[in-house]
Amino acid sequence: MKRALNIGLPIVALVLVVWGAYQGLAVAPAERMMGEVYRIMYVHVPTAMMSLLAPTVVCIASLAYLMKSTRAADALAEAGAEVSVLFSTLCLVTGSIFGRPTWGVWWTWDPRLTSVAILWIAFIGYLALRRFVDDPDKRATWSAVTAIIISVDVPIVYFSVKWWNSLHQMQSNPSTVDPRMAGPLRINITAWFLVFLALLWTRYRIGRAEQDREQSTPTGEPKAVLRMSS
Amino acid sequence: MTNAGKKRLVALVAVLVAGGALSFIALGGLEQNLVYYWNAQELLDRGEKAYGATVRLGGVVKNGSVKWDASTLKLDFAVGIAPEAVGPSVVVHATGAPPQMFREGMGVVVEGRYDGQVFTADRVLVKHSNEYRPPAPGEKASEIYSTLVE
Repeated sequence: MKRALNIGLPIVALVLVVWGAYQGLAVAPAERMMGEVYRIMYVHVPTAMMSLLAPTVVCIASLAYLMKSTRAADALAEAGAEVSVLFSTLCLVTGSIFGRPTWGVWWTWDPRLTSVAILWIAFIGYLALRRFVDDPDKRATWSAVTAIIISVDVPIVYFSVKWWNSLHQMQSNPSTVDPRMAGPLRINITAWFLVFLALLWTRYRIGRAEQDREQSTPTGEPKAVLRMSS
Repeated sequence: MTNAGKKRLVALVAVLVAGGALSFIALGGLEQNLVYYWNAQELLDRGEKAYGATVRLGGVVKNGSVKWDASTLKLDFAVGIAPEAVGPSVVVHATGAPPQMFREGMGVVVEGRYDGQVFTADRVLVKHSNEYRPPAPGEKASEIYSTLVE
């Protein structure tokens, strides 16, 4: 079962990403306003979704850690935070490439763009915090609190286009996307969701292994020496 | 208090702080102060207070208002709330080629200064809706996605 997850999930995810790219680039029709340029949407929309899903996982895992004190929850939170930084980076970069030919600018301080940038930098700060605290118990507790506070930004990102005037359009839905485009988009969302799961699972396993090593470390032994030897 | 009890208390405080911050942002009327752009009516309502300051004006390019002079690169158009001739509108003067999707009836956000007569734009941004449609039969995407500068 674990073997299927470790190896099978990344393979299925990669195959779907390739198929999704083919669907988005070659099968889906051009868009009447944006021409071929819009095709980056097939990567931008899924990565944007995952950049909100990842912090949601971190928030739930952080709450679980505080309630149950299980180290597995802390490992899941850390994995989710790293995956979150990755996907919000992808979301910002693809969005910027999308924005230049459509809006006319690489970047503007629109509420949607700004709130995603805050999410991105906040989780980089979160990961930095984790590396500053040596005591595993304190590290897990402090980072859990930090993660819960950062999570406030997730609904803000989602609703930013509804609450405030923005350059970014509102969420598309099946009625605003032609079925010939919605099909390829669904494939790409599924593909990137599996990439998300594969990365989360792999990083979680690494986190668990790190916890085991941390616990077996004799106290008083300098950490730097251990880092070098590992 | 036990360690586990302390952590649950910490969780409760964190959730309360997060929930409080979110409800303040959602319900605190921040949209009054946190504004990416004004529409034509909001700009006109501000009257003299809006003159001279660098602001953003958002709306729709009025039908029949676009004048493009390829020799001087001057682009004049009007921004309103609807593309039709009714409702408030602001005359915009810009220089240089606009983004390729710029055309009449399209959503735009312009950055610049308003002097009571003319909005002088430093930057013209095109707003895209959340609609994704293929070209209608007989229409070619490349013809619509074209620039004013050939």
